Amino acid sequence: MESVKRPLSPHLQVYKPQLTSILSITHRGTGVFLSLGALLLTCWLVGLNAGEEVFNSLQLHTSTWYGKISLSAFVFSFYFHFTNGVRHLFWDAGKGLEIKTVYVTGYTCIAMSIVLSVITLYFGGAI
Amino acid sequence: MSLRSPLAHARGLGSAKEGIHHWWSQRLTALALIPLGLWFIYSLVVMTGANYTTVIAWLANPLNAVLMLLFIISLYYHAALGLQVVIEDYTKSEWQKIAFLILVKFIALLAGFSAAIAVLKLYLGL
Repeated sequence: MESVKRPLSPHLQVYKPQLTSILSITHRGTGVFLSLGALLLTCWLVGLNAGEEVFNSLQLHTSTWYGKISLSAFVFSFYFHFTNGVRHLFWDAGKGLEIKTVYVTGYTCIAMSIVLSVITLYFGGAI
Repeated sequence: MSLRSPLAHARGLGSAKEGIHHWWSQRLTALALIPLGLWFIYSLVVMTGANYTTVIAWLANPLNAVLMLLFIISLYYHAALGLQVVIEDYTKSEWQKIAFLILVKFIALLAGFSAAIAVLKLYLGL
């Protein structure tokens, strides 16, 4: 079946990046990244089931530099996807759709993600 | 002239309510993940540096086991629904789309069930 030649949207590279579009794609990006985190959770739980030795060898990775960077990235992604997700739920309820509010809540999500990540990582001993 | 009713003609051609089910499930799991996600992050912080025995004892607590199970179910369901939209938006051909959708669903089920059974097994002390 031949695909219908429909007009294309303007190409992304000629668009000036805006907070709205950047946060939208970041929501997707963090969502995909967090899905990988879910797989790590499975590994951790299955490792826990495999016994103390396997568990300890898995835990060793969390204190390495790459472990800390990954954990920090997962924590930040979690908070961003979390706060921006709540923003989306409000939009779904028809609230906060005025351009000004969209920008205010957008910047709030970024600020909250950074602050909450720093607090969590501090108490978690990663920083 | 067709003797089929307008409804019979329309059946199977429209959205068949699939869209609303996906949309609603995505929001419902998002809602569930608000408290569950916060609980999970809190648990991770509390469990930092915990040894094997402590973690095992933590999962033996029914509250933690139940919340962990609910978290795993909501998380994988939410992730599968989200990845489905990403795949539908970015794959070029129909077979690619179907292949990736099946792959994501299989992985989500495999990883989700593995995690859930791991929690159950530890909780029951098997």
